[in-house]
Amino acid sequence: MTKKNAALVEVLQTSVEAQIAGRSLWKDARIRFFRNKAAVISLVVLTLVALACAFGPMVLPHSYEDTDWNAMGIGPSFHDWHLFGTDELGRDLLVRTLIGGRISLVIGLLATIASVSVGIVWGATAGFIGGKVDSVMMRVVDMLYAIPYLLIAILMVTIFGRNFSLVVLTISIFSWMDMARVVRGQTLSIKSKEFIEAARAIGVPTWRIIFQHVVPNLLGIVVIYTTVTVPGVILTESVLSFLGLGVQEPMTSWGVLIEDGTNVMAATPWMILFPGAALSITLYCANYIGDGLRDALDPKDR
Amino acid sequence: MWSYALRRILSTIPTILVVITVCYLMLHLTPGGPFDSERKVSAAVLANLQAKYHLDMPLWKQYLYYLNNLLHGDLGASFRYADWSVNDLVARALPVSLSIGGISMIISIVIGVALGIVAALKQNSLVDYFVMLLGNVGSAFPSFVIGPVLILVFAIWVKWFPAGGWDEFSPKYMILPIVLLTFINVSTIGRVMRGSLIEVMNTNFIRTARAKGLPLRTIVMRHAIRPALLPVVSVLGPLAISSITAAIVTETVFSLPGIGKLIVNGAGNRDYTLVLGLVVLVTVLAVVLNLLVDLAYAILDPKIRY
Repeated sequence: MTKKNAALVEVLQTSVEAQIAGRSLWKDARIRFFRNKAAVISLVVLTLVALACAFGPMVLPHSYEDTDWNAMGIGPSFHDWHLFGTDELGRDLLVRTLIGGRISLVIGLLATIASVSVGIVWGATAGFIGGKVDSVMMRVVDMLYAIPYLLIAILMVTIFGRNFSLVVLTISIFSWMDMARVVRGQTLSIKSKEFIEAARAIGVPTWRIIFQHVVPNLLGIVVIYTTVTVPGVILTESVLSFLGLGVQEPMTSWGVLIEDGTNVMAATPWMILFPGAALSITLYCANYIGDGLRDALDPKDR
Repeated sequence: MWSYALRRILSTIPTILVVITVCYLMLHLTPGGPFDSERKVSAAVLANLQAKYHLDMPLWKQYLYYLNNLLHGDLGASFRYADWSVNDLVARALPVSLSIGGISMIISIVIGVALGIVAALKQNSLVDYFVMLLGNVGSAFPSFVIGPVLILVFAIWVKWFPAGGWDEFSPKYMILPIVLLTFINVSTIGRVMRGSLIEVMNTNFIRTARAKGLPLRTIVMRHAIRPALLPVVSVLGPLAISSITAAIVTETVFSLPGIGKLIVNGAGNRDYTLVLGLVVLVTVLAVVLNLLVDLAYAILDPKIRY
């Protein structure tokens, strides 16, 4: 064997070893996700929006509720850092958009966590136990599907008044059903796998099988559907706020700002332009990240 | 088929009952009664009022009274609009909502199906991209952003239409709301139609039809379109539900005197009975629409046997 050949063999061996050094599902998914340019750009933009909402109001010189008497209803300008202009009460629109974003994103996050957890528990329980329990639990899901959620949300706000936690609760109640359905379907297929049989054979209690053996295997599909839930939940919050059923003044959210902007649109179009753009950019990015994750995690697409 | 239809019809009853019961109970959880106002009413008057509205009875009896009234089509009295019953208010508002919603639904089905067919037959053509774009835009720009933009452009800048309001079914006032509602639904229907037609066009029986030498037109119109329409029909149920949400937003944006506007105003005024009555009414409407779609699906798809 010549020296050159030996070197070649070595190169080949290392590359083979590198390949053998296996990749987990998640590492695989991460690599594929970062190959998707639209998803990565969306992730960066969404992170920037979130960071701006979190820290922007601390850095900027204005407060979201104070009136600037020297600048009421002015357009976007560099003067005095009113980059998005001010509303008719002289409140800085940039800061209000960021504060509104905080509320919208936090409500979105909380309602997503709540609805995803309920969906997982509901779906996994129904799917795993099966039989009568399953059909009753799924009937409840069907029932909620048939009800226009906005009406019940309106009724709840009418009765219990407007506040932050109620909005989160209302949105959560009506956004967990997709997750429950998907999780149930997946659970049905996991249920018949050998490792579940093994767990049963050694006498693991049902609830521990569900949470320790079934749920971790659902994570892929849960992540995918969570990314579908996030924009939906943010949208729902904005609709409620837009209809005047969300958080109360002087607190604000993107829906409230868009509603305010609608009323004075003819004279000061930037008041609807900026909050509307912020909401749309967020929804757009969330959708693209969701698409990216789906492509990255869907095993059918290998 | 008939046993399926019967079971499907019966299955709507618990849904409707649960909604009515939960809403009714929620209403009665609220502290205070309807006649607790700043202006004190004398005890005798109060007793008479309570007797008139059966408020002096135990809750379960009141509930049965309410159900009985509902069965007779009586939604009760409005809290805030003193001289109006909920029925009167609904009778004025429902035609507005139904005309806007119905017209836009018909237009969206026609345009959506047509766009879907063209997009499926000419993949990667301009129409195809347009359908995709509609879907993208629709998912990122909610109706309450697009609506005001429509007003800004067509009512304020070019002044073709009024910015909102209503005048006895005058088309001038109906066009922008219908455009907004249609826009939302067309993208969904178009995408579903495109996907399902592409799938059908790849099946064996279509290949056979092609092999026989049938012109594309005949293949699509005679053979492909019927199976391809099934997923469109099945999506109409959820679409009807989301259209109700969209209609509430649309009526608010264009200040149309429809059911949506009534319910939002009612919520703002905390007009309990009005909101409850409207919620019950619209939920029943939604459940019935869903039922019709499911039955239509069962009739149209001979493969499905329940």
